[in-house]
Amino acid sequence: MKKRTQKRTLVKIRNLDRLFDVSKPFLNRIIEREERKILRAVDDVSIDIDEGETFALVGESGSGKSTVAKMVVGLLPPTKGSIEIDGIDLSDKSKIKELRKLRSEIQMIFQDPFASLNPRWRVEKIIAEPIRSFALEKNEKAIIAKVAELLTLVGLDPSDGRKFPHEFSGGQRQRICIARALASKPKFIVCDELTSALDVSVQAQILNLMKDLQDEFSLTFLFISHDLSVVRHMANRIGVMYLGRIVEISNSKDLFENPKHPYTKMLLDAIPDLEMSGKDRNPIEGEIPNPIDPPKGCTFHPRCPFANERCRKEIPMPIKSDSSIITCHGVEEGRIGKE
Amino acid sequence: MSEILLKIKDLIVEFPTRRGLLRAVDKVSFEISKGEVLGIVGESGAGKSLTGAAIIGLLEPPGRIGGGEIIFDGQRIDNLSDEEMRSLRGKRIAMIFQDPLTSLNPLYRIGEQLIETIQTHLSMDNKQARTRAIELLDEVGIPAPETRIDAYPHQFSGGMRQRVVIALALAGEPDLIIADEPTTALDVSVQAQIISLLKSLCKERGTAIMLITHDMGVIAETADRMAVMYSGQIAEIGKTYDLIRNPKHPYSVGLMSSIPAIKGDVKRLVQIPGSMPRLNNIPKGCSFNPRCEKVFEPCYVKRSPLIEVGNSSVACWLYDEEYKRVKAK
Repeated sequence: MKKRTQKRTLVKIRNLDRLFDVSKPFLNRIIEREERKILRAVDDVSIDIDEGETFALVGESGSGKSTVAKMVVGLLPPTKGSIEIDGIDLSDKSKIKELRKLRSEIQMIFQDPFASLNPRWRVEKIIAEPIRSFALEKNEKAIIAKVAELLTLVGLDPSDGRKFPHEFSGGQRQRICIARALASKPKFIVCDELTSALDVSVQAQILNLMKDLQDEFSLTFLFISHDLSVVRHMANRIGVMYLGRIVEISNSKDLFENPKHPYTKMLLDAIPDLEMSGKDRNPIEGEIPNPIDPPKGCTFHPRCPFANERCRKEIPMPIKSDSSIITCHGVEEGRIGKE
Repeated sequence: MSEILLKIKDLIVEFPTRRGLLRAVDKVSFEISKGEVLGIVGESGAGKSLTGAAIIGLLEPPGRIGGGEIIFDGQRIDNLSDEEMRSLRGKRIAMIFQDPLTSLNPLYRIGEQLIETIQTHLSMDNKQARTRAIELLDEVGIPAPETRIDAYPHQFSGGMRQRVVIALALAGEPDLIIADEPTTALDVSVQAQIISLLKSLCKERGTAIMLITHDMGVIAETADRMAVMYSGQIAEIGKTYDLIRNPKHPYSVGLMSSIPAIKGDVKRLVQIPGSMPRLNNIPKGCSFNPRCEKVFEPCYVKRSPLIEVGNSSVACWLYDEEYKRVKAK
């Protein structure tokens, strides 16, 4: 295992909370005598991401992974907690100049390559937008040259710049999104379900491309996905989220070979067996509960086979060891994972 | 071999456009036996969903069946009138779509939708139909079906909605269910639940399933046989076990190895260069030839018929005896 101590922490997320007010309008609340409803999408999340690594967040839909991603790039302000990238706190308004520079170094690639490209813009204009808005190149000629270079880099032809997004297939569009993300010379890219809209064969091309780009430009990725096999392939470290909380952080190999949290075990059990060994998958019991009214204590206890009285009452605190973080009473007490 | 339920022979689905006819499904032939699960995989645009839609008579115009035969339980169904097709659809052949939210009417309680379907296909009075609807909901694993039957679709989660859709498909007690990406919109954990449900229900009733998906894992777990489609044609068809363990067509080989593995570290994924050709630009000969590593002369001239290799059938000249001999020399 590589020593992580020499590496510099690029992204530091501390005790991040995000609440959404999902109550009915004021008048309805008065008439129907209802209370405010607050949805806790992200609850006390702390993550460190080292420079040059790929950190992945996995979990079912509704677990808050995309909300974390949006807060990290600054698309959503956190309710509580801090996000520090490259030593600068994103909420520190006194450092406007540094923040502006920092923003050019953070980019995001979205899930749906059909919705994230403006259909009325030519590809060259789309890719040039970050260059223009951050004034990275001085003249028009340099911008055109840069766009051509980016298109070649992601495996498209420079002449494709004259085309419109609808002329491309899903995989090619995702390449355009990648080119646009690279245009502002970022250090850190957040990929939210990068390949889930793509076919496996195209997915392989895109994942290979991302790995090549990471090596070439020493990029840091926050990789969000629900596909565990993709995550296994891409990530150095993985955080598993459940109902807004991180239940386990571990490095990729350990997590897959020796999952500790019962939820991680369940997720891994649910992966379809491509080896055709004939063993049946154990479907997870139940579904993710409604985040407006989460279960008390450990939020996973209604689905957990090991839950006891303490799990139903007390929220577990993260237990840190040298390479992993686990949030589970059972593991702490030694009830789980000692067989 | 058990009795054949559905037989498709040289099915062609075409779209007339200003620039001529586009063939989206090009001479596809396969059979499904009673109680069998046939998986169909392929990239988007390979024609898998269109094949399903053609069988059940739900091709959206201007798409149309341009040739071939669909024989269901000994009867030709591709030339039936709308009226005759409607009596077959839902009753003998049912369909499950990808998105459970759009296949349920948001304005009606799920009970009303179930009862309507039951009464369309079976002669039951309201009370009997309601009892049957509750039974169906119970079978697909919806807790407290007596009360949930009066809920609206938005009150259900994605996985529960897909269970309701399965209950709807089973309502007419069909012989064949065409499931078009039934688990794509669901989480992995819920996906496992739905797949095992579909599998067990069909085993009990002896219902055959045509399972269309791009998720190889789902096929590996569910299907008895599978077909790999590429640009409107079947590249390879055979037993699921053989096809996944030992794919023969260069495209299936590429497809299988491009899936990231859970076990073991792979530095780079195998990738098939390029992308599937557009319908108006399908190369002459084998449509996979521009992307194929093992391409040789006959591939540019003519498309290979399905050649039997072991338990599978493969549309690739590599397995043709004559060319094998030529190559060996």
